[in-house]
Amino acid sequence: VTLVRSAPPAAVISLIDEDPGCHRFRVHRDTMTSPEILRQEIERVFHRCWLYVGHESEVPQPGDYVRRPVAGRPLFMVRGAKSGQVHVFHNTCTHRGAVVCRQKSGNAKVFQCFYHAWTFDSEGNLAGVPDRDAYAEGIDFAALALRPVARMESYRGFVFASFDPAIVDLETYLAGAKEYLDLVIDSADGKMEVVKGTNEYCIGANWKLLAENSIDGYHAVSTHDTYFKYLVALGTDLKGGVRGTARDLGNGHAVLEYAAPWGRPIAKWEPLFGEAARDEIAGLRQALVDKHGEQRASRMADTNRNMLIFPNLVVNDIMSVTVRTFMPSAPDRMDVTAWEIAPRDELGQLRQRRLDSFLTFLGPAGFATPDDIEALESCQQGFASGGVEWNDISRGMGRAPEANDEEQMRVFWRRWQQQMGDAAYREIS
Amino acid sequence: MTTTHDAPAALDLGSMTRAQAEDFLYREARLLDDWDLDGWLTLWAPGATRYVVPCNDDPDGDPATDLVLIDDDELRMRLRVERLNSRKAHREYPHSRTSHQVSNVMLDRVENSGGEPELPVSAEFTVWRFRNGRATYYVGRYYYRLVAAGGELRIRAKRSVLAMTELRPAGDLAILL
Repeated sequence: VTLVRSAPPAAVISLIDEDPGCHRFRVHRDTMTSPEILRQEIERVFHRCWLYVGHESEVPQPGDYVRRPVAGRPLFMVRGAKSGQVHVFHNTCTHRGAVVCRQKSGNAKVFQCFYHAWTFDSEGNLAGVPDRDAYAEGIDFAALALRPVARMESYRGFVFASFDPAIVDLETYLAGAKEYLDLVIDSADGKMEVVKGTNEYCIGANWKLLAENSIDGYHAVSTHDTYFKYLVALGTDLKGGVRGTARDLGNGHAVLEYAAPWGRPIAKWEPLFGEAARDEIAGLRQALVDKHGEQRASRMADTNRNMLIFPNLVVNDIMSVTVRTFMPSAPDRMDVTAWEIAPRDELGQLRQRRLDSFLTFLGPAGFATPDDIEALESCQQGFASGGVEWNDISRGMGRAPEANDEEQMRVFWRRWQQQMGDAAYREIS
Repeated sequence: MTTTHDAPAALDLGSMTRAQAEDFLYREARLLDDWDLDGWLTLWAPGATRYVVPCNDDPDGDPATDLVLIDDDELRMRLRVERLNSRKAHREYPHSRTSHQVSNVMLDRVENSGGEPELPVSAEFTVWRFRNGRATYYVGRYYYRLVAAGGELRIRAKRSVLAMTELRPAGDLAILL
């Protein structure tokens, strides 16, 4: 692909082809295969958006830290021992570069670079330099503190970073997605925690295929037959169906909201939860009604939400809640990291049902996710076949978007096109 | 194996040799590589069984409180096999070719804590998975609880702990370890 640097001349076409007259929306497959597109995406998408780092519950105590690769960069999130505030630092010594946080997670009073033993406290300050006398007057050790990411903000425990100092504040960026995060968080009475155990897997496909797949209602019945059989074998009645809608949440974020035919630990009982859990779930539901009213409580308990926060955060509140992020390592490869998030202090048996639901559906060893991975890799292999230049994402254009339409994907792609600017074109061959 | 169906009492876990345990584990590996999953199910003891694979970053993970990759009781194991035998487990249709390699087998002392004597056996595993021109691997350690059921050696519980720090080199875990 030869990308256009300035105003596109006549001999170029947009990689996103929207034709409202024909109710047609197409995405050029170069978007999925081109190394140049990926290079531009790193700069124009991943370096100019808010990206999910982690959840505050992962660092509850002063000095607690977790390492996090964000947009391919090693960062770490730490709760300062003095301030109690969460910081996100570039994981590199300000002296000569070595990583200073060398464990995946833990608690530390200081982060010492093992190379020359420069030591930083949990607020990032440079606290120790061996043989400090060797440095002459005038050197500013305060300026050699650990470098925080350009921007860091937290929305009700969800910590985001941006490498763009000029980006809008996080709440403005989240736009309509806030309401849906609120639904998840409020259903847990505001107290959520990340469950121990992380799914860190890999898919041999373009990262945008997972953005689409995470909010794709259309594929469920055809791809996940074996999962639905599993649910039915455990006594789930799927006849209620998954009717619902897709919504544009602004700024490229979108959500599917639809009826849950399966059980939800908050707060919809079904046989596979067991008789013993029936009262607990009824109690949880009543508490939601008391606090939020019948309508909002029913929305929390009876409906699923698959939400994509542009560009690469998925919060799916289905039979359990996953927080999933993914990052390309090549045009045809991505690393996926997924956590399970749950109400803190959840009752043991409900937690058990929630864990079961997560690993059987969402986990990379479950009854569904391996088949999603197969589908995405299969698409990527199909792109290599050539002959067909465009993906068709037109479903539901002529009507109010339903949950198994593709409007939510069009929302993603329109924002992608905006972010990419003049990189979202190709010359006509 | 020297036991027979005629002499169910002959299997004494306490006098099991490493060679006998190895024979059993090799037989299991062969059944998995041959995709004889129904045959694999017959290696499990009747009653409550558990097949667990913890997440890579939480090797001591407890399925009751932590997220794990696999936490199958008898029913879920059977449904997993049913899925893998169908043509609709897309990730495994067609099936991968696999090679389950078992080594460093160690027997521990028989334990009687649960009312049923159990022989703890551990072993290293390397499982190669080949599909669609791609080779992936799983490396780690098996922890078995073996029992004598109807005069035969059977699996009461199996825990496959991955040594890889992340699942990424393998992609997913649609096969059985």
